[in-house]
Amino acid sequence: MSAPTRYFVSHLTEYDYGRPVANGRHILHLSPRSLPWQSVLSHAVLIDPGPSERQAGVDAFGNPIETLVLSHQHSSLAVHARSWVELAPRPSPAAKASETWIAVREGMVFRAGQPPNAAERDAARYLFESRHVRVKRELADWASACFAPGEALLSSVARLNARIHAEFAFDPEATHVATPVMEVLKTRRGVCQDFAHLMLSALRSLGLPARYMSGYLLTTPPPGSPRLVGADASHAWVAVWSPLSGWVEFDPTNGVMAGMGHITLGWGRDFGDVTPLRGVIYGGGEHTPSIEVSVVPEADYPALFGEAATRLAS
Amino acid sequence: MTLKPPFAAYRCPPAHFDETFLADGSPRPAWQSLITTLQAGGADALLRQADTLRRMVEHDGVTYNVYADPKGADRPWSLDPVPLILSADDWQCIARGIAQRAQVLDRTLADLYGPQHLIAEGLLPPALAFGHSGYLWPCQGVTPPGGRWLHLYAADLARSEDGRWWVIHDRTQGPSGIGYAMQNRRLVSRGLLELFRNSHIAHFTDFLRVLRDSLTAMAPVPPGEAPRIVLLTPGPWNETYFEHSLLARHLGFALVEGQDLTVRQDRVYLKTLQGLQPVHGILRRLDDDYCDPAELRADSALGIPGLLAAVRAGKVLVANGLGSGVLETTGIHGFLPAICERLLGESLELPSVATWWCGEAPALEHVIEHIDELVIKPAFPGMSPEPVFGHRLNATERAAMVERLRATPHAFLAQEWVRLSQVPTLQRNGSLAPRAVGIRVFALATPEGYVVMPGGLARVAPQSDDDVVSMQRGGASKDIWVRSEAPVAREALVSPPIAPHELIRTAATIPSRIAENLFWLGRYSERCEAHTRLLRAGLNRLSGSDDEGMRASQSLARICHALQMLPQESEADDEPARLPDDADWLAAIFDGDAPNSLLANARRLQRAGGQVRERLSADNWHALNRLPQVLEQAAPGIGGAAEALDNAMLVCVSLAGFAMDDMTRDDGWRFLLLGRRIERLAGLGALIGHFLANPPELRDGGLEWLLEATDSIITYRSRYQRRPEMLPVLDLVVFDRDNPHALGFQLEVLTRYLGRLGRDFGMRFTSDPAGLLDTLRRFDPTRFHNLALLDEAAPGGAPIEALQAFAWRAQQLAFALSDELSLRFFSHAERAVHTAEAA
Repeated sequence: MSAPTRYFVSHLTEYDYGRPVANGRHILHLSPRSLPWQSVLSHAVLIDPGPSERQAGVDAFGNPIETLVLSHQHSSLAVHARSWVELAPRPSPAAKASETWIAVREGMVFRAGQPPNAAERDAARYLFESRHVRVKRELADWASACFAPGEALLSSVARLNARIHAEFAFDPEATHVATPVMEVLKTRRGVCQDFAHLMLSALRSLGLPARYMSGYLLTTPPPGSPRLVGADASHAWVAVWSPLSGWVEFDPTNGVMAGMGHITLGWGRDFGDVTPLRGVIYGGGEHTPSIEVSVVPEADYPALFGEAATRLAS
Repeated sequence: MTLKPPFAAYRCPPAHFDETFLADGSPRPAWQSLITTLQAGGADALLRQADTLRRMVEHDGVTYNVYADPKGADRPWSLDPVPLILSADDWQCIARGIAQRAQVLDRTLADLYGPQHLIAEGLLPPALAFGHSGYLWPCQGVTPPGGRWLHLYAADLARSEDGRWWVIHDRTQGPSGIGYAMQNRRLVSRGLLELFRNSHIAHFTDFLRVLRDSLTAMAPVPPGEAPRIVLLTPGPWNETYFEHSLLARHLGFALVEGQDLTVRQDRVYLKTLQGLQPVHGILRRLDDDYCDPAELRADSALGIPGLLAAVRAGKVLVANGLGSGVLETTGIHGFLPAICERLLGESLELPSVATWWCGEAPALEHVIEHIDELVIKPAFPGMSPEPVFGHRLNATERAAMVERLRATPHAFLAQEWVRLSQVPTLQRNGSLAPRAVGIRVFALATPEGYVVMPGGLARVAPQSDDDVVSMQRGGASKDIWVRSEAPVAREALVSPPIAPHELIRTAATIPSRIAENLFWLGRYSERCEAHTRLLRAGLNRLSGSDDEGMRASQSLARICHALQMLPQESEADDEPARLPDDADWLAAIFDGDAPNSLLANARRLQRAGGQVRERLSADNWHALNRLPQVLEQAAPGIGGAAEALDNAMLVCVSLAGFAMDDMTRDDGWRFLLLGRRIERLAGLGALIGHFLANPPELRDGGLEWLLEATDSIITYRSRYQRRPEMLPVLDLVVFDRDNPHALGFQLEVLTRYLGRLGRDFGMRFTSDPAGLLDTLRRFDPTRFHNLALLDEAAPGGAPIEALQAFAWRAQQLAFALSDELSLRFFSHAERAVHTAEAA
């Protein structure tokens, strides 16, 4: 059992629009979600230029969100989210007593006279196609090698998780935000969002509820190198639903279960429900945002950001 | 009973309900008088009527765009002259059932986006909501104004062999058809006027007033504000745009596109010439998904960013509620009886066609076993849309279908194959043959409950063995006549009296986009008129063979080249310019691909008109549509062209008349007139400038056509009673301030218009016609006294050169004014919309 650990997360997104923007509206999924194993110690988002309207709220999946409106002319936008979170270990899934994956699938099938309970109703939100997740026979066939009849749910999912990690190449050049899942299956390369969408597609095609997890992952600098500011990225993984254990999180990009390095922003059916920063602007030219993410353990914070700022951590 | 033409060959196929005749061949009572009338007239009368209908449809510009049609938009609406008649009893049962069904669907939406009891109690499978792309999670928890989700509801019904009506589809997003039904009624009743008047047919004209009043009553309007409701359309490319503009006109709502609206502080505003005006209600014909690119589909520029935030804040009524498309699944049909019991405590009156949703294991097995008797459909819209009739599948196809069903059972359902009832439908030879019919009926929410429109839209299958009715597949439509036992009294649905502040505020707020299109409508109508005059002058001189005639033709051709109405002359050599031949002139008129041909400009005019159609009277709209038609349908050769130009001129003149006398004098109208004046200023400037650039001998030969092209020949003759001479002609087309075709007149009128516009909108124009008008006044006419010296150098330049420079300045001023108006009034916000996602 590891002890609770504190992290500082900085997520800076900068748009340089090139031409003036008359009006913009943005929705932010940049606040870490409070969870039994994750406390949000502090959180702030700095916006430059200052927005004309700003409103905090909660989305349909229970994630904290913020809405920004900039109705004055501007030609750049910086959104800088900074958070301190404390992670404790997640509860372990109920070990050997795990149900078979077929039983879980059958449990989700509608039967007249057998109303779904609250947990099943929640799980049913994450059972079908969504913008980035396909449900197809082809995907079920592809995944079936990991799902022998009579197998336990969680060991089957772990096999799929390992298989994606082993067979797919991590390649930040290969994809953009919305690479179709069938293309990822064909090219066998992608980034964390792609692998998460692929795994979700496979699980839902088998009839198993699974949701998209958005957040960050603590990375370890190469041996001998110091930790650098802005060297990290946002991360994505999946959670599969088990009637006995609840939502169990797998990270197909790294072939592991989510652990002490996985900081959760929120979840949804796919990336589209929890896009960290989504916006519509009137005007402006072609632009790509520059994004800088740092995930820093409390111990490394002074070295990176100076003694003065350690106050926050204590 | 023997049937006379046009019924002589009418035989209802077995195992189908015959709407018209009883089993013994005698007419159903409700149809008796219609059959008598049709038989009295025979095939000829029917064919004549059908012909009249086609013409009227064309005149009214009733269209239905078919997306798949490569010729694109605006397929004429297909309307059968024989109405479908429903007895009072039939109708009562339909109307009661539809009102109840609307109510239960409305409550179902409230539950799905609210507490979700139906799912928790096992009355509705989660797959039918959460597996439907129309279930919009961002709308979860929304409470619409008055708690009402479904304001306008339509159901597609069909009648089975036993005479019962069944619901085939529910339309819950933004059902189309009311406008077409109104149009059908207008046209068909006109053809059968006598019969219609004596038959006690229910009226439905009040339906739209009730719709307007109900939306106005339910919209959240802050105290002191006058309610403003708009009709939101995806735009002229939508398949039912005709209807959007028709409804907007009848309802008195502004027809707007997403870019006309903006959201500030959770409130919706209309961008108008006067600035942002609050909007309290939106009757939408835009699909759920496209309504808000900030939270829904990001790849759509049709919607309004922030609309959902305004909806959540309860600051705007959206009809129907965002997310109501989730009920457009036939999968729910099998569950509706129990849902109705649960939500209304009543049993469902109007049954759905027997439906098996394959997501239930027993249903799936039933479907596979009885596939021959069933129609397989996708459970959700937007999947492969064609229904599959099980009995038409061969063994391989059937095996493939079964495999698909087993793979994703929740995405499919099967319905009993209803053999649709048959109704007499006109054939090309004038006989009536039985065709499958389905009807669409409409209900709307009022503060007191749902009201059903007595009538609707009937659609018939194109082929005799076809059991699918769809306009997209080429079927025709019919009017529906609902008989009532007693004479029909016009319903008196009283609206609340209009308060004084409503009188003032709703008067005239013009969306910027509308003003822009009206401006261009003005410019193109004037351009068409001017070109028509010039081309007519050109055709008139084709036969001239003497020297004078040659000089006239030559000067005219030079100008048409310069104005790019005729193809450019080659610049390379000094050869005497080739005179344009017949083919050149014909191309200048009829070649739609030549950028500045008359036809190309007529089409631009028609397009600009299409964008503001709801602001034009029906007659005005006819005239706009006729212009390209008279050109496209002209007889071949120069004779045909001359006739076409005469006809085109009549249309142009009537358009000018409409502009002066047919439109409300609001700000939109002012922009239309500005467009006309600015275009005329530019056109005259160019014409006179190019004319004066001619060598002296060509100038003199061209005076007559210059008068024709500027419509000033009558004035000239009445003033001078002699052949055209330079000085009086120039006086008439340049200096005269009473001749509406003179440069001076345009400058004077524009000075007045712009002065008023500047005062009303608190602005100054940098391009000022008053300055040029001053120059004109200071022109010393005695300089033109000696004709021999016109081209001689003089202090201040040769008189002709000075005049020519003046004409060019007038043209430049027109262009500058056009730009300035665009910048100030039309580019309200940037058009370019970008959506971005960052991880």
